[in-house]
Amino acid sequence: MALLEVKDLQVYYGVIQALKGISFEVNEGEIVTLIGANGAGKTTTMQTVIGLIPSKGGSIVYEGTDITKFPSHKIVGMGMSQVPEGRRIFQELTVYDNLMLGAYLEKDANVIKERIENCFEQFPILQERRSQIAGTLSGGEQQMLAMSRALMANPKLLMLDEPSMGLSPLLVSQVFDIIKDMNKKGITILLVEQNAEKALAIADRAYVLANGEITHQGTGAELAGSEEIKKAYLGG
Amino acid sequence: MVVAIDGLSLGAIYALIALGYTMVYGIAKMLNFAHGDVIMVGAYMIYTMCTLTWTTGGLPIWAGALIAFVVAVVVCTVLGMTIEKVAYKPLRGASPLAALITAIGVSYLLQGLAQLIWGADQKTLAILDKLGNLHAGSYTIKWSSIITLVVGAIIMVCLTLFVKKTRTGRAMLAVSEDKGAAQMMGINVNKIVSVTFAIGSGLATFAALLYLPTTAISPTLGSMPGIKAFAAAVIGGIGSIPGAMVGGVLLGVIEVVCNSIEGVASYTTAIEFAVLIIILLVRPIGLLGKKRRVKV
Repeated sequence: MALLEVKDLQVYYGVIQALKGISFEVNEGEIVTLIGANGAGKTTTMQTVIGLIPSKGGSIVYEGTDITKFPSHKIVGMGMSQVPEGRRIFQELTVYDNLMLGAYLEKDANVIKERIENCFEQFPILQERRSQIAGTLSGGEQQMLAMSRALMANPKLLMLDEPSMGLSPLLVSQVFDIIKDMNKKGITILLVEQNAEKALAIADRAYVLANGEITHQGTGAELAGSEEIKKAYLGG
Repeated sequence: MVVAIDGLSLGAIYALIALGYTMVYGIAKMLNFAHGDVIMVGAYMIYTMCTLTWTTGGLPIWAGALIAFVVAVVVCTVLGMTIEKVAYKPLRGASPLAALITAIGVSYLLQGLAQLIWGADQKTLAILDKLGNLHAGSYTIKWSSIITLVVGAIIMVCLTLFVKKTRTGRAMLAVSEDKGAAQMMGINVNKIVSVTFAIGSGLATFAALLYLPTTAISPTLGSMPGIKAFAAAVIGGIGSIPGAMVGGVLLGVIEVVCNSIEGVASYTTAIEFAVLIIILLVRPIGLLGKKRRVKV
């Protein structure tokens, strides 16, 4: 059984249909990527799955439960967390407060403490800057914080929306290494990326989204090898 | 000295009310113009309960007053949360103008109901004035001013700690900065908005208690302090908690200082709003307001 199963999902913004009935699934332990151009509906898909945007049709099933109409706090409580597009860390709060908010639904202080320690172990720079206002961090540090914040929820399914956006090539490679590493630790990954080449390289399976529809699907290697995909998304 | 303490204590009252405006604005992104009328309801509740407990006898005066105050806090908190659920929540996502008009409607509704229940004639309840004056050297200071100042300061410190150090407080700051991201953390925004209205209305009851020595109770009691505290919130930077405190104290001090100078006293309100205009001209986001990035 798939961990996440999206069927015929339809989303409208007013009269404009942003998602025209897309279907995809993410199995436990996989890295699945959704690639596509600007405005294809990638972020809409991510936000609809986590309950921020209401859908007009179709269903979202997570761990066998239909969560289509669930409010987002309930969905997050089921073990799904998201690194949103543009990071959206809380700029006016400290690094520590941001991490604490990531563990908002965990009430056991000891568990939270342990997660913070794990996070500082993985990202020592965040420990150094724990009392600093998050808005003053560099772009790379903010991305580390956004990922750590999402990990503080101890998710089963982690959704990352354009984690490489606005980062230098060196940092982009680092971010993809971290994603691979998280997956090895047992977290299932749904990754949305414009950097199709990098995304396909680490993905078990991939879907191509164009104008609100899934146009191609296959393993990461299959899509990376397809002439059509190369032309459209990998710069020849 | 006397002017300073009176000014600071009036400032503390304005600050308590301004906090209600600013927190609701920060979190629900709406101007709750019925906030002043919650103070009015609080004042009537204190009046009614005090009269009731004092006349039925048996209890010492201070115990009756305490019971009256606790009942008033509970009633106002429930009132604030009910107003939010019934009148504002259905309009979340609608145009800000719709919520604004609704708030003004709720304001008139509360004033009308108060007039229906308690009548239009003014009532007085000198609950804190009974305490008399403190004579220190050549100074005579009203105990009510000192209590107002101390209580106001304690509440503001507690509120600041609550917002900074607790899980719910942190969630309030998160919702205020980025509602969508807050939801992704698993925060139930509806619950946080409800808590915010509860806190704001609770603070309004404190303001009512502290405001009673200086005013008679009437259905429009909340209007003037409501407007002034709103101005204070804007001066401090609406949405900013320390801003509301600074703005409130500033306005209170200006008011008392102006009132104490002969010839200027009759222009006090004009001067207060002139200060508002000048500050907004120089610094449109208010003294401690933050520039928010506009998110697409």
